[in-house]
Amino acid sequence: MSAATGPVVWAGSKPFPKAARTQLAKAEQRATLNRVTHQIRRKRAAVVAERDDWEELRRAGEQIKNRVLRHLDTYLEQAERSLVAAGVTVHWASDADHANRIVHALVKETGETEIVKIKSMVTAEIGLNEFLAKRGITAVETDLAELIVQMADDLPSHIVVPAIHRNRREIRDIFAEHMPGVPSTLTDEPRDLAGQARRHLRKKFLRAKVAVSGANFVVAETGTLCIVESEGNGRMCLTLPERLISVVGIEKVISTFADLEVFLQLLPRSSTGERMNPYTSLWTGVTPGDGPADLHVVFLDNGRTQALADPVGRQALRCIRCSACLNSCPVYERTGGHAYGSVYPGPIGAILTPQLRGMDDAVDRALPFASSLCGACYEVCPVRINIPEVLTHLRARAVEHDREHGRHRLERMVFRAVANGFDDDERYARGLSLGLPLAHRLAGRDGIHRLPFAGAGWTQSRDVLQPPSQSFRAWWAEQGLDAFDGEAAR
Amino acid sequence: MSARESILARVRAALADVPAQETPQAVAVSRDYRRRSDLTPQQVVDLFAETVADYGATVHRVRSADLTATLAGICHQHRLRTLVAPAGFPEQVVTGAGVVLMRDGPPMSATSLDRADGVITTAALGVAETGTIALVTGPGMGRRALSLVPDVHVCVVRDDQVVATVPEAIDALSGSATEPITLVSGGSATSDIELVRVEGVHGPRVLHVILVQADPDG
Amino acid sequence: MRVALFITCVNDAMFPDTGKATVAILRRLGQDVAFPMAQSCCGQPHFNAGYPTEALALLRRFVRAFDGYDVVVSPSASCVSMVHENHTRLAAVTGDAALQADVAALVPRVLELSQLLIDVMGVEDVGAYFPHPVTYHPACHGLRSLGLGDRYPRLLAATEGLSLIDLPDAQECCGFGGTFAVKNADTSSAMVQTKVDNILATGAQVMATSDNSCLLNIAGALVRRTGAMRTMHAAEILATTRASGESWRTSAPALARSSA
Repeated sequence: MSAATGPVVWAGSKPFPKAARTQLAKAEQRATLNRVTHQIRRKRAAVVAERDDWEELRRAGEQIKNRVLRHLDTYLEQAERSLVAAGVTVHWASDADHANRIVHALVKETGETEIVKIKSMVTAEIGLNEFLAKRGITAVETDLAELIVQMADDLPSHIVVPAIHRNRREIRDIFAEHMPGVPSTLTDEPRDLAGQARRHLRKKFLRAKVAVSGANFVVAETGTLCIVESEGNGRMCLTLPERLISVVGIEKVISTFADLEVFLQLLPRSSTGERMNPYTSLWTGVTPGDGPADLHVVFLDNGRTQALADPVGRQALRCIRCSACLNSCPVYERTGGHAYGSVYPGPIGAILTPQLRGMDDAVDRALPFASSLCGACYEVCPVRINIPEVLTHLRARAVEHDREHGRHRLERMVFRAVANGFDDDERYARGLSLGLPLAHRLAGRDGIHRLPFAGAGWTQSRDVLQPPSQSFRAWWAEQGLDAFDGEAAR
Repeated sequence: MSARESILARVRAALADVPAQETPQAVAVSRDYRRRSDLTPQQVVDLFAETVADYGATVHRVRSADLTATLAGICHQHRLRTLVAPAGFPEQVVTGAGVVLMRDGPPMSATSLDRADGVITTAALGVAETGTIALVTGPGMGRRALSLVPDVHVCVVRDDQVVATVPEAIDALSGSATEPITLVSGGSATSDIELVRVEGVHGPRVLHVILVQADPDG
Repeated sequence: MRVALFITCVNDAMFPDTGKATVAILRRLGQDVAFPMAQSCCGQPHFNAGYPTEALALLRRFVRAFDGYDVVVSPSASCVSMVHENHTRLAAVTGDAALQADVAALVPRVLELSQLLIDVMGVEDVGAYFPHPVTYHPACHGLRSLGLGDRYPRLLAATEGLSLIDLPDAQECCGFGGTFAVKNADTSSAMVQTKVDNILATGAQVMATSDNSCLLNIAGALVRRTGAMRTMHAAEILATTRASGESWRTSAPALARSSA
């Protein structure tokens, strides 16, 4: 599968049910995903249990983000003022194409044809690498997993560990095939592979003149940007080049420097199950003699204002990209990230992608249904996004879109008919008293093993149990039970 | 209309349901999480030593008189011949440690830094709950590239620089909010391959923390 | 205490015995139960499938049917969760102040059976007798939305003769999710297979749950794999006594003369 241009959703993606079927058949991927998601759940649970104030931290994270989102124009303007005062050039991009053109122009200006990149969801969202490649500029991913994905011409499947769907043997083969100067003695031990990546990238770091990053947080009060990472490739890209371009979604703003005390506790524990990640870089504008002399920030909309406009859905913009929801999701655990067809997979992807893009595409309309609504995601979300609430809300929007475009008439009819049946005393009772004995006989003791049409989805793995011959209300009426000392039933 | 204007206009339109008179401060933010700890200063330092070691760094607890000898041991262990030191790092600590001191002035190129065997810095503070060291650009710590490129980083932390919690650390650092700040918690690592944690990718693969007992005589 | 039973559409049609069991338990504890005939559905299937307008109609019926009771008890964690999570929300968008007031008054009075027994009636030992090894699957809505915690395990553990076996990864979703089971059948099937694997690994004779939607799903898959396990709502275990066995499946026991 090759990466394609196009914001957020990869071209050629199939709606979730179909895509999931393909992914579910990959036995080894499923085994890997099962093992790693269970492992990271345990790690996360262990470091969260160390805190006696975890719920208070979550609440503060939620509220800080809500405060900023509800007054986002104020905070964006404040952030811009702070950044400019610190010597940063601020750009604004309405959509992916606009952002790509801005970044391209900034790189082209320097004459560099190879730049280094820190892992950044937002640059993957806008398809920056492909845009630059078409114009003769190579953006080298320096995050190990993104490097693996890039070399294999693959697509990321997870927000924090994008190559989680690849095992070590595959990674070794990818390196051997695509990385120059790989010794034939290279083993598939993770330590060996990481060492090889280090050698390969070191040269690039020391040479690089231009780097592109995202940002985990941007502080409105001070104009401070924050990058949270593990490997050190971030620090390399932030410090050694001459020009640094940071693409930042407008929802990444937090209000004060002090707010970092909340998010720097929530993010590492939620994301990699550590008390603190190895490296966090905070920088505020240009510091002469330390790091790039030329800093740029590109504020990106690309559908975020659309999400912001939905009072129920906008909570998705609180997301700090920790991936705890992915790791806790029984659906993601089985299908992996590619099934979602988007740069943002898992539960957060299911609510963010259709809000950024709208419901015109079948892939987006299917995403809110890629969930059994079990709520495991909401339990672990560090900023308390009520993902099940947004999922059902977006389902209603998808159904409304279908109605407006005349799709799924049969389903609508069925749901309306059932509701009408439920809302009519006589019809309901009659339906049960006539229908149940019949269903009871038809199904037989053995139940039903095969149903047609939509029902086939049920019977592919389950029987339909024999319905009873009599409903509860018929039994109750038969028993002649009056409640509360002879007072007639209402 | 510029992109800036159209984005801000869309933001305002999106927030039409927010009452016009609501100020940002009116949106409640409860900070009921723990900001301070009940540990004694000694317990804080002990916890710091533990949590730093937990992430694979080597911790040396010494009195200031033993600083140079400890450094000499580290240099010997890792066969360090050259050690970069930022401006403001006390020379006398390095003298007698059996290693060549390289000052970063005029600024060394990235390649020269890469050729150096190690780097020694002080720290701005330590955080006990998370095993974190904060480096702030300035005397004793230098610019960020110094503690990034060489493969061995020796960091000298005074035990009275250690705070207990992350909120205390952010509070202490807020005065330096305009300087570059790097928070280091252990050596660099990745879990990108099958979630197996591998130490040492791009940052210094070896981190030694010399935790110096503050001399009562200074 | 005037208690009404909300049987739920699933139980009314597919699992009437769960309703009979609920009535039996409460009557044996001296608590009479009414069954308002006007009730039908809490609206969850519609709401979760993206049809909130249809769910609203059912909400109005729900409010009318249960007007005037101190407690509305239901042996369905997901339906009680629907009432608590979404009835207020649904009423809010109507702008109908009277409906909103009615919903506000009713919602706190709607309880899952284990909540009524333990939190309100203060009972953990309901006098049940069920000498079998049992494993218990907690429905997601009960676990995460209602916070039922270990209420059912405690009720089951207090049951004479019953040996409660821990279900591995009990908190994992069984894969039902309403229309999810059909719209995303492949993923749902994968999830229920894991649940079945875990249930069979316990060696229990009986699988109990707090929600019959889960049961539809799990039992359907269990039967496909092996006919050997009994599956039932936990209430059906708690209704069974030494003295009257499972006679509650046929006729409701007499109302015991005591408290409540």
